[in-house]
Amino acid sequence: MQHVDGNALAGPLAEFFSFDLTTAIARCSGCGAVGELARTMVYRSGAGTVVRCSECDQVLATLVETADRAWIGLSGISAIEVPRG
Amino acid sequence: MSFITRGFSGCSRERDERLPPGQTLVQDFPVLSAGPTPEVDTAEWEFTIRTESSVHRWNWDEFTSLAIDDVDTDIHCVTHWSKLGTSWRGVSLDTLFEQVETEQEYVMAHSYGGYTTNVPLDELLDGKAWVAFEFDGEPLEPEHGGPARLLVPHLYFWKSAKWVRGLVMMEQDEPGFWEQNGYHLHGDPWTEERYW
Amino acid sequence: MSDAATGTTAPAPAPSAALLAVPRSGWHVATVASTRRETPNASRIELEVDGWPGNAAGQHLDVRLTAPDGYTATRSYSIASSGAGTRVTIAVDKLPDGEVSPYLVDEVRAGDMLEVHGPLGAFFVWAPDAADAAAAGEARPVQLIAGGSGVVPLYAMAEAHGAAHDLTSFRLLYSVRSPDDVYFADELRRLAEASAALQLDLVYTRRSPAGWPTPPARITREVLEAAVIPAAERPRVFVCGSTGFVERVADWLVELGHDARSIRTERYGGT
Repeated sequence: MQHVDGNALAGPLAEFFSFDLTTAIARCSGCGAVGELARTMVYRSGAGTVVRCSECDQVLATLVETADRAWIGLSGISAIEVPRG
Repeated sequence: MSFITRGFSGCSRERDERLPPGQTLVQDFPVLSAGPTPEVDTAEWEFTIRTESSVHRWNWDEFTSLAIDDVDTDIHCVTHWSKLGTSWRGVSLDTLFEQVETEQEYVMAHSYGGYTTNVPLDELLDGKAWVAFEFDGEPLEPEHGGPARLLVPHLYFWKSAKWVRGLVMMEQDEPGFWEQNGYHLHGDPWTEERYW
Repeated sequence: MSDAATGTTAPAPAPSAALLAVPRSGWHVATVASTRRETPNASRIELEVDGWPGNAAGQHLDVRLTAPDGYTATRSYSIASSGAGTRVTIAVDKLPDGEVSPYLVDEVRAGDMLEVHGPLGAFFVWAPDAADAAAAGEARPVQLIAGGSGVVPLYAMAEAHGAAHDLTSFRLLYSVRSPDDVYFADELRRLAEASAALQLDLVYTRRSPAGWPTPPARITREVLEAAVIPAAERPRVFVCGSTGFVERVADWLVELGHDARSIRTERYGGT
């Protein structure tokens, strides 16, 4: 199965965040790479969405959704930089 | 706001009493993946069982020289598809644990690529689980978990870890990859143990 | 940006000027205004979207289909149109084992209603008078690189560029199987004819038009080098196509000296 770009997170994350998180900059807690979430690698399947660092493959985040609940895991992100308007 | 889309039925969904609740039948074999497909050469492949006191190791030749079972079973994925009458060949966990002494009752399966999933030991023994390396008469393809995957067909299929490389015994049950991120610690399809 | 404690440094990313410039996303009811064959394998679908706030060129939307038994399927599609207004155009390639694209290409007809979520994505976007170019004190040229149906968001950028009479130098390299498979063929030709600032380069991978100077072949690093704005001119680069195509092209661009931070990609999966 082929991954897509972090751009594809815009729709799922818009359900939970009030701004487009894909332009926010995250730091990988594994290798320290810093970049926009839009630049990450996203593996989507029926089970959930797995976001990986494009430098070191570490799992940055997961998203599991059901009709009435969602789980957002951020185990591999040490910080997210959010621009303030 | 959701409404029915005219003319859309999605994938076909047949009913069958062999299907657990909420499952539908598929003929193909969908691939679910949480990351890149590891390419593991059988020359490099190794399977280990790590207990509180020792580590048991098998290389590919040693592993495929063990007693091999033919397994015909239904499989059930938490994403609502089931596949009936699949055929596998692999080594029973009973065979692997013949030489293993442990007091610990829980297992974390570890895979090439970093995936993990947890299963209680008694759910792996007594003919309930295998490390499979053939599917449908052919070597297991990498996208389906080859060279070898765990096969625990009575639990949701995410427990049947692809690219399995070893089992680590644990004192207590701890969540694996999906179990940390919303999925059920146990995962029985007949009682729909899908999520926390 | 530097981290004195560890001594590591990372280049400061360009400011995300688009962050606040794109309209707020939401779920909308879209009515199919028209459909037409775009290529033998794809349809162009024009939607009238109730409450659509407009969108920037390059953004996408999610379409959610719901079956009578409650089963739902959601897929992302790039938007071929941009600007204010509630008319939105998508172009959908039919995937052989797809669940949503065969429905959208073969089944959907004018008057049908679809649920759409958007506009989405503020990263893979281009806007006339791009604020980050202005902030940098220079208008950087823009290189667009499309593989197959990956041309859709890049067409939106080229169209927005033409509509705004923007003078930023634009170049679109479009890799496509055959002349029949070119999306927005007439529109692209007209855009290139109308604006000296847009150059269109087509690469045919399976079948070329009669009299085409080169035989059909997959794009190579050499072809890429010859057909893109040189790295020395520091173009902003947008690449969209299958995951395999985007990975090859992005790797070659970096080898050719393009700054990885100047390359924005949109992989749509596939092979």
